[in-house]
Formats: sequence, structure tokens, C-alpha cells
Amino acid sequence: MKPRLVVIGNGMAPGRALETLFETAPDAYEVIIFNAEPRVNYNRIMLSPVLSGESTFDDIIIHGDDWYEQNNITLHRGARVTKIDREARTVTSAAGITEAYDKLIIATGSNPFIIPCPGHKLEGVLAYRDLDDVDKMIEFSNKENSSAVVIGGGLLGLEAAAGLKMQGMDVTVLHLMPTLMERQLDPSAGYLLEKELSSRGINIITKANTKEIVGEDRVEGVLLDDGTLLKADMVVMAVGIRPSIELAKDAGLDVGRGILVSSTMQTSDPDIYSVGECVEFEGNVYGLVAPLYEQARILGLELAGETGNSFAHSETSTKLKVTGVDLFSAGDFAEGENREEIVFRDASRGIYKRLVLEEDRLIGAVLYGETADGAWFFQKIKEGEVVSPKERENLIFGQNFAGAEPLDPTAAVAALPDDAEICGCNGVSKGKIVSAIEKEGLKDLAGVRSCTKASASCGTCTGLVESLLACTLGDEFGGTKETVCGCTDLGPGDVRRLIVAKELKSIPAVMQELGWKTSNGCAKCRPALNYYLVATWPGEYVDDQQSRFINERVHANIQKDGTYSVVPRAWGGLTNSKELRAIADVVDKFEIPTVKYTGGQRIDLLGVKKDDLPAVWKDLNDAGMVSGHAYAKGLRTVKTCVGTDWCRFGTQDSTGLGVKLERMMWGSWSPAKVKLAVSGCPRNCAESTCKDIGVICVDSGYELHFGGAAGMHIQGTQVLCKVETEEEALEYCGALLQAYREQGWYLERIYKWADRVGYDTVRAMIVDDAEGRKAFYERFLYSQKFAQDDPWEERASKGVDAHEFSPLTLEPAE
Amino acid sequence: MTIDTAVLDWRDLCAIDDIPVQGSRRAIINGREIGIFRTSSSEIYAIDNACPHKQGPLTEGIVHDCSVTCPLHNWVFDLKTGVAQGQDEGSVTTHPIQIRDDRVYIQLKG
Ligand code: SRM
Ligand SMILES: Cc1cc2nc3c(=O)[nH]c(=O)nc-3n(C[C@H](O)[C@H](O)[C@H](O)COP(=O)(O)OP(=O)(O)OC[C@H]3O[C@@H](n4cnc5c(N)ncnc54)[C@H](O)[C@@H]3O)c2cc1C
Ligand code: SF4
Ligand code: FES
Repeated sequence: MKPRLVVIGNGMAPGRALETLFETAPDAYEVIIFNAEPRVNYNRIMLSPVLSGESTFDDIIIHGDDWYEQNNITLHRGARVTKIDREARTVTSAAGITEAYDKLIIATGSNPFIIPCPGHKLEGVLAYRDLDDVDKMIEFSNKENSSAVVIGGGLLGLEAAAGLKMQGMDVTVLHLMPTLMERQLDPSAGYLLEKELSSRGINIITKANTKEIVGEDRVEGVLLDDGTLLKADMVVMAVGIRPSIELAKDAGLDVGRGILVSSTMQTSDPDIYSVGECVEFEGNVYGLVAPLYEQARILGLELAGETGNSFAHSETSTKLKVTGVDLFSAGDFAEGENREEIVFRDASRGIYKRLVLEEDRLIGAVLYGETADGAWFFQKIKEGEVVSPKERENLIFGQNFAGAEPLDPTAAVAALPDDAEICGCNGVSKGKIVSAIEKEGLKDLAGVRSCTKASASCGTCTGLVESLLACTLGDEFGGTKETVCGCTDLGPGDVRRLIVAKELKSIPAVMQELGWKTSNGCAKCRPALNYYLVATWPGEYVDDQQSRFINERVHANIQKDGTYSVVPRAWGGLTNSKELRAIADVVDKFEIPTVKYTGGQRIDLLGVKKDDLPAVWKDLNDAGMVSGHAYAKGLRTVKTCVGTDWCRFGTQDSTGLGVKLERMMWGSWSPAKVKLAVSGCPRNCAESTCKDIGVICVDSGYELHFGGAAGMHIQGTQVLCKVETEEEALEYCGALLQAYREQGWYLERIYKWADRVGYDTVRAMIVDDAEGRKAFYERFLYSQKFAQDDPWEERASKGVDAHEFSPLTLEPAE
Repeated sequence: MTIDTAVLDWRDLCAIDDIPVQGSRRAIINGREIGIFRTSSSEIYAIDNACPHKQGPLTEGIVHDCSVTCPLHNWVFDLKTGVAQGQDEGSVTTHPIQIRDDRVYIQLKG
């Protein structure tokens, strides 16, 4: 009698193990398989093409009926094993089939994880794991106008979404994280993927928290935390898998996250083996077939009696199987010390590639849009050989360029033929640019842009144009201009222009479309980009808190000892007894060590503990006070003098105008801080002539000033113009601030912006061009609709960013 | 279920999603202030939350790549090694972190 080999589970891993076994020792065992699914072994990986209709089930069968017959295998279909009796050495199925074993393989795979939110048991909530799930999905998609919500924007969820879309459903993907497939992709590749899927009509919502699946008996919709309600006839949960270990655990085998095995796939019982997704080896569990097939090979050899082989952990690579989307990732692509990255972006073709090297070895790769070299990079990652400096120059271009001579960019451009296209957007050839440089005597990028339009649109050929300037002019070429930071060759002006021209609405979008050289930017460019996006897309762009300096993130100024200062707004420098009393109470209640009048006519509470901030704000809010934005690249103070209310020289209500200006402008973000002052007469007690914007009241109206500085640099203001009414003063000042918000470079104060663009240009925009002024003013008022929520109140009463103010705590263990 | 003995020294701190991406959380563990950081690729690191320069709270800094920039005077620290980058010299203690089932476990170093 042959020994009996019983297999629990008929998936991809044991299927491969049996193939190895039969090749090596054909008649060694009598094989009996239990399969909970009522069918033969099929290629689970290819379920998505079946869902989309591109394949049929028959196309994806691995082992047909004849294979089981030829190998004398007994296959119990639709038979779920519910008990392993290690004493008696038998297994028993739910329906009562019992088989005795000499050797047993547990290959139960994994179970999809279902989020236990309210409604998760309604009819129409599905997982995505086997053919039955696919059949149900197709059934739903056959109904007219049906819609689906897929929870989970990982590999499986996106494949399901693309398949359902191809079946004609309305599909929404909900993803908890800010970018798709964050485990396999960095944010740039995630952005490209999101863009591609959205363009196919799949609705993608990131940072989405599912609150509840709604419906009577069956799914009718999905409710999100933020109150959004999405209609749905079906919900597919694709949020992760858990190794299926219950059976092994009940049988008393050692388990962790998975069934613990040795390097020969043996469990803690020497006659029981385990293979596939249910296994845990040296702390790793696997969810992709490559390592499982390796486990299967080792197991097959082991059962065939060929000892001496052992399984070892190795890297895995991923490809998303959505027709028309090329995406590949492998290895480890986290940032780290000693790690360097090579990034290649081609915005016009939608290509993004990133390689990560550690100590001169390739350790990770992400490819989007062009993945032909994926296998080659993956091989390099697994081999772990040192990449020579020469090889490295062309590494990102893949196998075909490996070993080629690196070209210096100027030499490469010089070698191009005259009809080579340099600027794709405007169809400008090399010959045209060179002749323009020579004939028109152009000396710089700006000249080439205005003369030929080359690099004036998307800007990604800027580097090529500069190389052309360099090789045409030689030493005469003054070189490149100031860039935002080392992550890009573009200057702030170009970046601002391109954000508008190309309608870029997120930081990853800017980085991808404008060819950022790093994957995530740095502490210098991220705050700048965040500001540009806030200012350009009011109401649309969602502020990226992590790209803000701490003061703007927690709405208070950090102090040398890690405490914070709190400065409530004092409109136009005014206060009253109620506010003062509330401030006094807050100081006592929270034992605030220092109270000081600032140089900006208001009160500063210094030394507040971070955890107390929300409570301090609550008390100040209750007395009617809001944030003074003493921390912001935005409106700070509007200083005033007492004006006609009290002063014997006052010509206008300077205090009142100051309050109106501050009410209009508070909450606005700007490239750098903005300070105003309104003085009631030319004696100028509010020091209007050293402010970003200053007003001096005179008998006949208001003299408007701008461009003063009194910090590290001192300079008096220049006159903008004179206006007659308060309304005009407000309109001109609002328009001026908006022009600066739209044109200023990050950290550039109004005087530096005016120095750069010219004081006369500013006057022409704001004073001479009445229509332009009104348009600036209207855009300012519009953007203020989204800016004037008191950030303190949002945090004190509405729970925004609660994690900032409450540390995690662990008490000492016993 | 058998438990890996090594697991016993690890303390369950929080869920991964309690820490904002490209952000941080302060943690008080046995009375000691530790900064827990999460990079854009969701790697988690733990370091003592005091800058060796002038005790700046590093959790309040901007997280970029695998580093954090101190909010007080802009020293930059590698989160993995705790070593100051560039011209500046100094380092902070790092603490081992393990992720299991989307939870963050920490082992406190002396
Ligand atoms: C509190 C205050 C000093 C005081 O005790 O009076 C102050 C405190 C700080 N100032 Fe100031 N400045 C204060 C009025 C001024 C003034 C006077 C004024 O506004 O009338 C100036 C000169 C006018 C000007 O801005 O041009 C001033 C010019 C600066 C500068 C130099 C700016 C420049 O462009 O040259 C900085 C540095 C910077 O912003 O980069 C600065 C930066 C700072 C910072 C934010 C330093 C920092 O990064 O921590 C200080 C924050 C302390 C805190 O936590 O509150 N502070 N600072 C004043 C707050 C006014 C308010 O009510 O908001
Ligand atoms: C839609 C989809 C797409 C995928 N795409 C990819 C991809 O592109 N690349 C990649 O590498 N991987 C992919 N995978 C993952 C891959 O399919 C799995 O890693 C692989 O199938 C695991 O093999 P396994 O044998 O361990 O488990 P499975 O193939 O899951 O087989 C387990 C079998 O055991 C049965 N079973 C469970 N418990 C019992 C019991 N008690 N009694 C009897 N039978 C039982 C189950 O019914 C199931 O048939 C994908 C998976 C899915 C669902
Ligand atoms: S002048 Fe301003 S920045 Fe300098 S110490 Fe005083 S408050 Fe701080
Ligand atoms: S305290 Fe951190 S840089 Fe000074």
C-alpha cells in the first residue's frame, strides 16, 4: 500500500507542490484533496480578466479533470475540512467525509478581511477571492444602471473596480490613505494611477473613512465619516487578507500570524506540512504567488524524498493587471539614510520611474507607464550586485542602455540633428532655437521663450533649451536661474505659472507634471508648493498639513522650550474689559507664565503647554476672541492710531478703517507675512510707512502706501495712489494683496515682490487698470470665503487634528 | 496560540493609522517622551523627542524622506539612525519598532 497524502485546499500553492512531486517521484503517494470550492485548481490571479469579460473560467483552469484522473487523485469538491484529528491521523469534512493520512498538507490560503462596520452583513456585500465572488459581481453588473462601491484602493480593489467598470457599472473606489496602492507605490506613481483610473470614469475618493453600509436587507449605499452618501447596489471589500489558520490552530499546531513552518515547510507536527498564503516563515507571510511557488517546489521535493533543499525569504514584485495600465514595483523603496534615488519623469508620455539604491546596490524599483525593464530591475535587486558608477548613469533607462557611454547633457544636445524636436508642446525644433539664439542675440531662457515659445508651455524641456543655450553661446551663457530648491530645475515663477496653466491641483501632481527630481520633495519646496496650491485653487485644494511648518500646523508659535505662545486677534489694536477679563482668567487657569504686549498692538500669552492649547483657545473663543495668526504666512496685524474718535489732529476714522481692513483680510494665506497700519494723519503714529501696506489719512481721503520693511531690512513705503472713500481704500488694498498672493514667491514679502516686478508695474495693475483691479478684488473676496474659519475653534470645539494635542501614553509595565 | 517569546518585550503602542502620513505623534512611555514618525511610504520610526542642539521637540518638525527637520533651528535628523545630517553634529537615541497586523509595537532602549 502506498502512503496516503491528504491535501486540505486545492489552490495554486499545493497544485504546484503536487506537480513537483509527480515529476520527481511519480507514484510515491496516493493523493486525496479536499477543496471547499466546488471545482478544480485554477489561476486565481487571472480572476480579474474573467470579471472584466476579457477571459472565461475555462481559460484560467490550471489542472483540468483529466489531470486529477491521470494522477489517480481523489478530489472532494465543495468539501470544507472542519477537523484534523492528529491522534487518529484523520481529517473530516463538514459533510462528514473522513480520510486517513500518513502525510498531510494544509494549504487553506487566506480569508478576506471584512471591516465590521454597521451593515457589513447586508446582502450585496462581497469579498474578492474566488470564482463565486466573481460570478456574483457579474450578476450585479448585469442589472441596468447598477453602481458599485469598492472599499480598498490596493491591488485587488483596483482590479475589481476596473473589471466592474468594464462591465458597465458606475464604480467608486474608497481608499483610506491619501494615495492608491501605498504599499507598492510611492505617492507620485499613486497619483498617475489615480489620474489614469479617473480618466476611465472610475470615481476615486482617497482619505475616505467608511462609517456605515446602509440598506434595509440589501445594500443601498455607503455612508462616509464626512457625511457623504454614495449610492450602491453592491459593495466589494478588498481591504486585506488574513492567513486562514483556524483549522491548524484547533489541531494544536504552532501558529503566529500564519501556520509556523520550518524551511522545509514542516509544521510543529513532523507529518503535517503547510504551504501557501496560510504559512508564516521567519516572521513573513506572503500574498503573491512567486514565493508560494518556491515554497511549493521545496515541499514537492521534500515529499519526494529529495532532502537538502530549503526555503528562503526573498523580495517580491508586483504588477497591477488592469488592461492598459503599466505598473510595476519591487523591493524596498522607502527613503533612508545611505539610500539614494534616481528618478525619471516624462510628463508628456505619463512615465515615471524611480530606482532606490543603498550602498551602490539596487534595492527597489517603481515603474509606471513603461514597465518593460521591470524584470531586469527585479533581477538586479535579487542579485544585489554593486552597480558601478558608469552603469549607474544609464541605469534608469534600462537594459538596452546598460553599459552604454554616459552622455553629458550638453554633448548629447549638440549631437542632435537640426530637425530634432525640442519643445513638444509648441513644435519647436533644435534648428529653430539655435538660429533664434544666433540671429536675435538671445542670452537667456526668457529670451528663447518669448522669441520661439520653446519651453514656454509645460516647461519640461527647460533643461534641453538651457543645454542648447550653453552649447550655442559657450561661456557667454550666464547659466541657470534660481530654482525653488534642489528638487527641481524650475524657478518659483515657472512653478506658479505652470500650476495655473496645467491646472495642477495637488503636490504629487506638481511633482510629476513638472519633473521633480526627488520623489517627495523636501522641507523647502513642500511648504512653497502647498502655499501656491492654496492660493491658486481656493475651495478646491485641500491643505497638506504635513507640508506646513509647526506654527501653521498647530496655530501657535513654538518657543525655545517647546511650549507655545498664543496671540488672540485684537481688531485694529482694540480690546475691552470682557476680553481682558477672559485673558486674565485663562492666564490663571492654565498657569501661563508670561503675558506681554507685542510690538503689534496686542497681547501675547507665552509658555502655554501644547496639550493645553485647545482648552486655552476654547476659553478665548467663548469670550469672542479668535486666532491672531501671529504664526502665519498670512495677515498678521493691522496697527491703528486713535484717529478722529479721540485725537485732536485726526482727519479720518483710522481705527475704524483698520478694523475693516483686518476683518476683510484675516485668515488669508500669503507668500510671507503681511502687516498693515492705518494712521489718522501724516504724523503717522501707527508707523504706516514701514508696513507691507500702509494707509495715511488726510483731509481729502486716504493715501495708500506699499512695500515698506522694518525688520532685517529697513525701507520706507512708496505711494500707491490716493483715494477718496473707505470703500475704495478697501478695494485697492484687497486687490493689491491678491496680486501679491498670486504673483509672489514663497517667503518673498511685498517689498521684495514689488522690487522684483517693479513698483510701476504694481501701480499699473492696481491703479490704472480699473477692471483688472476689480477682478483681483473679487478673486480675493472669493478665496476669503474658504479662509475665514477660525482655526482655533476648529481645534477647540470641532476636534480637528486632535492627534496633535494628545500624546500616546504607555504606563510602565508590571 | 503560542506566542513568540520575543513578542513579550514589545509593547503595543497604537494603530499605524493613529500616526499621520508624513507626520508624527508624541508618545509618553514610562514617563519618557518619544517621537513616533511615519514617512510617506509608511515606515514607522521612534526616536527620543529632544533635539541635541537645544532640546527642540522633533515631533513638531517637518518630515521629509526619512528625516525630520527640527522646528527650532532646522537641524535635520535621519529617523533610522538618529544622526544629525550635514554640518551639524549630534544624534538622538532610536528605539526599535515592529509592525504586526497594522499595529505599532515599540521596544524601549535604555
Ligand atoms: C511677539 C513679537 C515681539 C514682541 O514681543 O513684541 C514678535 C515675535 C516674533 N517675531 Fe517679530 N515679533 C513682533 C513684531 C515684529 C515687528 C514689529 C511690528 O510688527 O510692528 C517686526 C518688524 C516689522 C516687519 O515685520 O517688517 C518684526 C520683525 C520680525 C522678523 C523680520 C521680518 C523681515 O522680513 O525682515 C522676523 C523673522 C521672520 O519673519 O522671518 C520675526 C519673527 C518673529 C518670531 C515669529 C520669531 C520666531 O520665528 O519664533 C517671534 C515669535 C514670538 C512668538 O512666539 O510670539 N519678526 N516682528 C511681535 C509680535 C507682533 C504681533 O502682535 O503679532
Ligand atoms: C483577484 C486576485 C488577483 C490576484 N492577483 C495576483 C497577482 O497578480 N500576482 C500574484 O502573485 N498573486 C495574485 N493574487 C494572489 C494569489 O492568487 C494567491 O497568493 C494564491 O492564489 C495563494 O495560493 P494558495 O494556494 O495559498 O491559496 P488559494 O489559491 O487561496 O487556495 C486556497 C484554497 O483552499 C480552499 N480551502 C480553504 N480552507 C479550506 C478547508 N478548510 N477545507 C478545504 N478547502 C479549503 C479554498 O477554498 C481555496 O480554494 C491574486 C489573488 C486574487 C484573489
Ligand atoms: S527680535 Fe523678534 S525674533 Fe528676535 S528675539 Fe525678539 S521676538 Fe524673537
Ligand atoms: S533645538 Fe533642534 S536645531 Fe536647535
